[in-house]
Amino acid sequence: MPLLTRLREPTQVVFLALLGLVAVGWALVALDGGQFLTLESVVGIQQRSAALGIVAIGQTLAILAGSLDLSVAYLISLASLVAAEIMAGQDGNIGPAVAAVLAISALVGLVNGLVITGLRVHAFIATLGVALIIKGVVDHLYDGPAGKVPESFQVLGYSRIGPIPVSALLWAGVAVLAWFLLSRTRLGYRIYAVGGNEEVARLSGIRTGRVIVLTHVLCSVCAGIAGLLLASRLGAGAPTVGTDGGYDLESIAAVVLGGTALAGGKGGVAGTVGGVLLLAVLDTAFNQLEVNSFVKDVVRGVVIVVAVAVYARRTVGRPA
Amino acid sequence: MLSLRGIGKSFLGVRVLSGVDLAVTAGEVHAVVGENGAGKSTLMKIICGVHAPDEGTIELDGRPVSFGHPLDARRSGIAIIYQEFNLLPERTVAENVFLGREPVRRGLVDRAAMEEATARLLHELGEEAFGPRDAVKRLPVAQQQIVEIVKALSVNARLIVMDEPTAALAEHEVESLYRLIGRLRERGVAVVYISHRLREVFDLADRVTVLKDGARVTTLPIGEVTPGELIRLMVGRDLGTYFPPRSAGAGEVRLSLRAAGNHRLHDIDLELRAGEIVGIAGLQGSGRSELARAIFGAEPFTTGEMIPSRPRSVREGVALGIGLVTEDRKAEGLALRQSVRDNVLLVARAVRAGDRAGVRDLLERVRLSPVRREQEVRYLSGGNQQKVVLVKWLTMAPRVLLFDEPTRGIDVGAKATIHDLMRELANGGMAIMMISSELPELIGMSDRVVVLRDGRIAGTLPAGASEEAVMRLAAGEAA
Repeated sequence: MPLLTRLREPTQVVFLALLGLVAVGWALVALDGGQFLTLESVVGIQQRSAALGIVAIGQTLAILAGSLDLSVAYLISLASLVAAEIMAGQDGNIGPAVAAVLAISALVGLVNGLVITGLRVHAFIATLGVALIIKGVVDHLYDGPAGKVPESFQVLGYSRIGPIPVSALLWAGVAVLAWFLLSRTRLGYRIYAVGGNEEVARLSGIRTGRVIVLTHVLCSVCAGIAGLLLASRLGAGAPTVGTDGGYDLESIAAVVLGGTALAGGKGGVAGTVGGVLLLAVLDTAFNQLEVNSFVKDVVRGVVIVVAVAVYARRTVGRPA
Repeated sequence: MLSLRGIGKSFLGVRVLSGVDLAVTAGEVHAVVGENGAGKSTLMKIICGVHAPDEGTIELDGRPVSFGHPLDARRSGIAIIYQEFNLLPERTVAENVFLGREPVRRGLVDRAAMEEATARLLHELGEEAFGPRDAVKRLPVAQQQIVEIVKALSVNARLIVMDEPTAALAEHEVESLYRLIGRLRERGVAVVYISHRLREVFDLADRVTVLKDGARVTTLPIGEVTPGELIRLMVGRDLGTYFPPRSAGAGEVRLSLRAAGNHRLHDIDLELRAGEIVGIAGLQGSGRSELARAIFGAEPFTTGEMIPSRPRSVREGVALGIGLVTEDRKAEGLALRQSVRDNVLLVARAVRAGDRAGVRDLLERVRLSPVRREQEVRYLSGGNQQKVVLVKWLTMAPRVLLFDEPTRGIDVGAKATIHDLMRELANGGMAIMMISSELPELIGMSDRVVVLRDGRIAGTLPAGASEEAVMRLAAGEAA
């Protein structure tokens, strides 16, 4: 593909925007007399991004398959509680706790997927319903932080290797795995096919229901991993950690910002990583400039809408 | 190779096919022709496993087969290329060709093998303009069609059904399709070719099967028939249907076009007069619907003149008193989940005018009175739905009313009512333009018939012209 055409792809656009944002942020902070993107703030960006980044990778898979998942935020809270309760401060319990979280997450994803494909409930409603069910259970059992994460598990949340936090490595690992899945495996190809046009996929012999269920399992497992990460950072499980972070809508926003079509079939992991970083850099810039948090939200809103409008233009203006 | 015997099929009690025989041999191009509604598409869908026949047998290489699913047919080497392509625009050519059957090596998709196999097939077909890695969305329609053909060949299809393959192609692209079909024939692939365009049938086919009213008329080697005879075989039937008598004469000019055109239409000169029904004939893709949509302002004219004025939008079209009863009432004519009343008032509310009080009278006038006005439109029969669309426009007392396939998919009784209403409206002073691919209806209703071909007016015929004359103009055959 010629360079100019490549530059028009949303993935490239989001990274260009990221570069631009860094430049503008640097200039503004410099004018303010500070220094943008110090080692400290870069580490901060990576840590802030990691949890959202992992959830957004899972969300990317669901959205590419033409679905979406609104239950991730509550699932994150549930996962953090399950992890901290089982660990109960004991190093020896880390293994079982992680296994339990992954199993429960996979189960939630399975339910999401089966409700969508088996009962033919639209993904929006299906995952909203599952979200409410999880919320009900969590709210009934807990009204504050619970459980305890052993020190050794907190390495995940706070340690770093050189300038790179362990959590960022985890995020990178998940992203690479998802990229590999999408670009090199049959399941990946089928996710694009089902999201691109379910009927075409079906007529090509693809079991579309199975593909959708699998992507939901993977999406939920990603949310579970994010829950583990947040538990390690908090030192405990918390019933509101997922919703406070707004991981449901924010992960969808990051995916869309990264150029993945909300209707599915188009986009990828790289764009999502860019989208998450863009949101994080925006946050950092606002923090350093000490901008009022309402303004912050307004700007984020504008950025997301403008980005999608720009992508829409590119799709329309394409020759035959 | 493939042989169908005594195929019959009914939908909801309506007989679409009865006793159809068809035999296709390897390396043959077999054309299937017939008017709209003759049963061509249904027959093709039976061959490709989309529908199961109610009666009759299908044999492949002498063995009886039954296809429960399109995939069964595909595994047996039968592929179909629809007018609407089954491609994923965002994916590459190779990814589309191998969709659902990606080759794997050590558990991973083997891109190299996939692209190589695709490149080889493209090369064998003499296609050099694009490669396996190009995104399908960047290819012109003709090349997308080639991707479909390659996809069929990659599953070793021995019989490819092409449904109106040239409908979306430009003239020079048709030439390369010819060459491509030639190569398929050399490979021993059989092609079942459905087309309205007789020129293509005579250029390509070895044999031709004529369908009429769901039955096979005959199968002939192409050398034993002339275009004129073929047309007669397709349309020859008794005109037993009743149409309302024509009016005495046309009144003032309501709308006139001078050299009007847009991206699909060229040099259109046309006058619509009060009291007159003008029929528009033409093959699929000839610009019939585009003409109605241009006059209405949905896809406006960009050149030439329209008097009283050229609408740039539907709103302007409606302001001129133009209404369009669309070809696709479910998608474009009705809000299916809303009530009859809400649908009828759509136009009146949109333009904040029109006769809301008279709705009850109008509903009675179109003989829709037994229907409850609160009923959701989706529960009505096709005929009653069409009446709702009609009333929707009548609320604004249009000066010009355009009908695109006004009786498609509705039963005989409702058809007659719609025909009567159209004539009644014309007699009441409305100018009416009617598009129909059912020639008996078009000829029976129209005061004159304007034939379109490739976006231009190919000719105008007086009331009572023969179906053959219309077909000749539409297909571009010298009379």
